[in-house]
Amino acid sequence: MLDLSVNLGGLQLANPIMPASGTFSEDLADVFDLDVIGAHVTKTITREKRSGNPTPRVCEVKGAMLNAIGIPSKGIEHFLTHTVPFFNRYQAPLVASISAPSADEFARLCEEVSVEGVAAIEVNISCPNIEEDGKAFAMRPHTTSNVLNKLRQATDKPLWAKLSPNTGEVTEVALAAQEAGADALVVANTLLAMAIDIRSRKPKLGNLMGGLSGPALKPITLRMAYQCAKAVSIPVIGCGGIATLDDVLEYLIAGASAVQVGTATFISPMTMVHLVGELQEYMRTNNITSLSEIIGSVRDDEASDKPVMQEIGQ
Amino acid sequence: MQKKTLQAALGHPETALTAFEVPTTVLSNKPVNAEYHLLVVSAPEEILACTPGQFFNLLCPVSDAHSPYLRRPMSIYGFDRHKRRLSFLYKVAGEGTGALTALKRGAILPVLGPLGHGYSIKDDWQKLLIVARGVGLATLAPLAQYARQQGRQVTAICSARSQAALLSTDYFRQLGVNVIALTDEDGTSDTQNLRSIIEKQIAENGVDAFYTCGSNRLLAMLQELSRHYGIEGQVALEQQMACGLGMCQCCVRPFNRDGEQVQLRVCREGPVFDLMEAIPC
Repeated sequence: MLDLSVNLGGLQLANPIMPASGTFSEDLADVFDLDVIGAHVTKTITREKRSGNPTPRVCEVKGAMLNAIGIPSKGIEHFLTHTVPFFNRYQAPLVASISAPSADEFARLCEEVSVEGVAAIEVNISCPNIEEDGKAFAMRPHTTSNVLNKLRQATDKPLWAKLSPNTGEVTEVALAAQEAGADALVVANTLLAMAIDIRSRKPKLGNLMGGLSGPALKPITLRMAYQCAKAVSIPVIGCGGIATLDDVLEYLIAGASAVQVGTATFISPMTMVHLVGELQEYMRTNNITSLSEIIGSVRDDEASDKPVMQEIGQ
Repeated sequence: MQKKTLQAALGHPETALTAFEVPTTVLSNKPVNAEYHLLVVSAPEEILACTPGQFFNLLCPVSDAHSPYLRRPMSIYGFDRHKRRLSFLYKVAGEGTGALTALKRGAILPVLGPLGHGYSIKDDWQKLLIVARGVGLATLAPLAQYARQQGRQVTAICSARSQAALLSTDYFRQLGVNVIALTDEDGTSDTQNLRSIIEKQIAENGVDAFYTCGSNRLLAMLQELSRHYGIEGQVALEQQMACGLGMCQCCVRPFNRDGEQVQLRVCREGPVFDLMEAIPC
């Protein structure tokens, strides 16, 4: 019997494939049965209604896209009265992604979304933080600690901290989140980027800058998922540029316990369905009965070129 | 794998599947004039329960010359469920449409759709006036066909740069549409002349509803005429898209709805909107 299930800090998922926040909504139910995937992660909501950034909000670059959507949100009321009931018709657990401009507002929203029907809360601490001069909480260990401490007090639900790839201190940030009581880490969000139209000389995004996502991001976020998985004892959820089975396996081998698929769903909305099937097929073919045989199995102690040199007779 | 895929393909008992990610096969892909191409594909029957005004999101082929990454939304020019045909009329404008021109007969084109909300015709809208410029007619062609099948009287004012650039006028005439062609080269397509032709239609023939798409100039003019003469209408709008399903929220535009200005997704709440709700921008 193949076991695709995975336990993320107390939350059991039928399989490790789930959507990345912002690339998933009720609308995808038009294309496939949403119970095929391991969990449902909502687009980040804020307490208040927000209209989001000016258009253009998206542009493409080679092998990737940039977005500056700006977290348009219908607010907490709509979330509780519409989003939660919609997803409660499914077996897959619902993960509410939330954000706020200050730690106190964040904690208040966290408390408000801790309702029946919400299985876990993903805290998007990698979005701009007004209190910290436009920087995200997850840029530094001490701001991460501060906000996570307050969030931890606000809920008993499993807390997933979504980290930023824009920091040079990802391991320290990961440890700070764990120390403050995060149950899992999502590694990572989009990478701050820019594109300019050379004819008009205008930035291609209405917000000037935006987040890079897609295959081009993968080696960077994979490296971070690896570093975080080495450093912490809580589960790491890999996120960044995942589109194929090989991408999923790479993250799992690096130490991620599950993965989030984002931009690939925009290109091909059936991606997650295919990945669940292909992962199952891969395990069957390779006589792997449990995901635990894959997770963290990276042979980094043998990563030097010594064996290769021996093979070629040096 | 089979079980999961089958489960996914059948959908959840409480939510019917309406959009399909499937491969289609190119039957032909030829230029119709200097700027426009007509692409005809063979498509599975289940994706052809379309409404005029809906669109598909196309995965354009990557080549040495073009490397589009995101899909490209394309309104439906024609669909025939019986013959399993789907067609698109497109203007070669950038990376995505440039890539499309490379498709040869027999090539596979993955599509996602049908997507969005299309045009509707109220029961008491018997005399329809279609106003379109350039490739905008592509979106309105299936509407004209449907309206004629419903026995409605249809007049189409088609505007283009030149006689050579006029699209689909023969097709419209075959459908029994009264076609009025205006061109820049003949000096007949200016706003003032267009307006007086529309007003003449209203006075002499009567108009129950306006249908248009794309152009802000046409939208603004029709809104003015709509207010003045109390004629309702619908408009299909364009906006840069990514997912086409409503998840990414990239294709929003401002609309007047229920007394306030709201941001709506062109892909999901549209692409066809009430004429008076749209805000020209």
